Amino acid sequence: MLRLVEVDRQDLESRLEGRGLGIRTGPFTVRVQSDIPSVADGLVFHYGQFELWESDFHDFHVSVGRSQGIRRWVSRQANFAFDGFRPFLPLPVDQAFPMLEWGMNWCVSTHANHLLIIHAAVVERNGFVAILPAPPGSGKSTLCAGLVLSGWRLLSDELTLIDPDTGLIYPLARPVSLKNQSISVIAEFSGEARIGVAAHDTAKGMVAHLRPPADSVWRQREPASPGWIIFPKWQKDAEAMLTPRSQAQTFIYLAQNAFNYSQLGERGFLAGTELVRQCRCYDFTYHALPDAVHIFNSLADEKKATT
Amino acid sequence: MNLPLTSEVLSNPDVVVQLKLADWDLLVRQARRAGLLARLAETLVGLEGEADIPQAVRWHLKAEQVLSDRQKIAVRWEVGQIREALAGLNIPVILLKGAAYVMAELPASRGRMFSDVDIMVPFESINQAEAALMLAGWHAQSGDAYDERYYRQWMHEIPPMVHLKRGSVVDMHHAILPRTARYHPDPVKLRGEAVPVKGEPGLFVLQPVDMVLHAACHLFHDGELPHGLRDLSDLDLLLRYFGRDGNFWDMLPRRALELELARPLFYALRYARHFLKTPVPATVDADLVSAEPPLLKLMDAVFHRVLGPDHDSCRDLLMRPARLAAYVRAHWLRMPPLMLARHLLHKALISRREAPT
Repeated sequence: MLRLVEVDRQDLESRLEGRGLGIRTGPFTVRVQSDIPSVADGLVFHYGQFELWESDFHDFHVSVGRSQGIRRWVSRQANFAFDGFRPFLPLPVDQAFPMLEWGMNWCVSTHANHLLIIHAAVVERNGFVAILPAPPGSGKSTLCAGLVLSGWRLLSDELTLIDPDTGLIYPLARPVSLKNQSISVIAEFSGEARIGVAAHDTAKGMVAHLRPPADSVWRQREPASPGWIIFPKWQKDAEAMLTPRSQAQTFIYLAQNAFNYSQLGERGFLAGTELVRQCRCYDFTYHALPDAVHIFNSLADEKKATT
Repeated sequence: MNLPLTSEVLSNPDVVVQLKLADWDLLVRQARRAGLLARLAETLVGLEGEADIPQAVRWHLKAEQVLSDRQKIAVRWEVGQIREALAGLNIPVILLKGAAYVMAELPASRGRMFSDVDIMVPFESINQAEAALMLAGWHAQSGDAYDERYYRQWMHEIPPMVHLKRGSVVDMHHAILPRTARYHPDPVKLRGEAVPVKGEPGLFVLQPVDMVLHAACHLFHDGELPHGLRDLSDLDLLLRYFGRDGNFWDMLPRRALELELARPLFYALRYARHFLKTPVPATVDADLVSAEPPLLKLMDAVFHRVLGPDHDSCRDLLMRPARLAAYVRAHWLRMPPLMLARHLLHKALISRREAPT
């Protein structure tokens, strides 16, 4: 099995510009085509440890390409296409790599209806995962980044994939999207943080991605069991603190914030209730990332001691 | 002419045992684009070849089945809401297309995806029906004043009614073709033979031959054909199912001539056979000889292209002219030339300028 890091740059570019570069991400395989250098740069920087997927079958065929015709020269735009279909409006070309990330998330969240998909970050330690659902701006991605830089395994910073048949959670370890101030917070938090080139003025402000830890990528075929559902909230000067919350409330929130809860019907209801039944549910306020990590570690140690 | 892989597999599902992984890759992509992935999944269930479906492909089929199962439940529920909203009017409400296939439990409902529920009510009741649906939360939404007038004056339906809370869409018709169209199948005749839906008082579906004729006339009067192959597959399933009754094949061409729909039926049968190997008795061809269009070879070249999946793998250099030809043809049939010129001019110059950028 070849990893992306073993492919030389020229070969990688000719794949991207030609038939496409196949990679595996969690349970899915993607074939990427692109004629934009920053996309190749982003893939080299973030995806070095990913398996090259050289098969005749890919789950998603995507491309991020420059606009054709006069727009190519005038406005310098990038377009994302899923097998020829464009779900988004074009973006400035310097957002091409984030666009690929958003596009791949879109592919999974709109098509993988064999899974219940919740909008939440998910990280694992000692075999159990903590699901971190929260509205944008609550510090979910920052906390997720802090945890994976402290020995937690990254499953995903955006999409929690739950198999309704087994209740297990599948990894989709990919770059962690950081916005605005969290970029410098994470850079200062750990010397091991490898953060890619920032794209400015996106719809979400400044965006940069944290490279997923190699170990998380190597273990991206390994599902894990649900342990906790924790709603993080960053608050200035707040002490890091967990407060238990009701399972019923948690379930309702998850159902409303799942990408495909209603599409799954009864399967979604059963998967959701079973998930919540297996989890301890908390609200979590924090200010300093190290304190937050400390509390999460104690939760994981406690769970290890009792199971 | 080579057939798209999707139509080959739908017409002969046993070929899946011969598919290589690269073929599956193409099949999933084409079928998804054609809106036929769920139907493909349903078609393969229980076949001998089912065990041979590669592991990597399986979740794609399962995920689409989950969606289409759920949509069926949603459609049944929406239909119930529509029935309730219109119950006080005491008018016959005829379900059309997908909603009819589901409520009548026809094979054409297998793996059928929906975007809206189509109903037909008598022309003279349409205002009352619109008011009743508005009270229940559906509101007609047209793009601009021109579209509004286009619908109200010329079309066979009012603008799509969108539910304020659920976003579900009802397309309410009073006929099956625009008032300005070349042919005028009489809605009264259709209503006269409509069949009640079991367990749903007040709701009807068209009788089998009319259901086929409506599907045919809808498909061959629509200029854009984004779901050409899916609609053709609906027709194929309807014909295979209703065709088991011997009378059906005698009635079909007779009714088509009576309703001025022989030409669309001719096309429907021709291309259902072409793409999906639909069995049609030769006697029907004899009955429809008079409906054969001039320039049949040209029409074949056009429809072979525009009815296939809108996917890269099905495009050749003639795709653009074929699409244009189909678009012009459909509009030609929808309205008289002068009106058509005015309509296209408005769409090109004014609607485009006013569209949000």
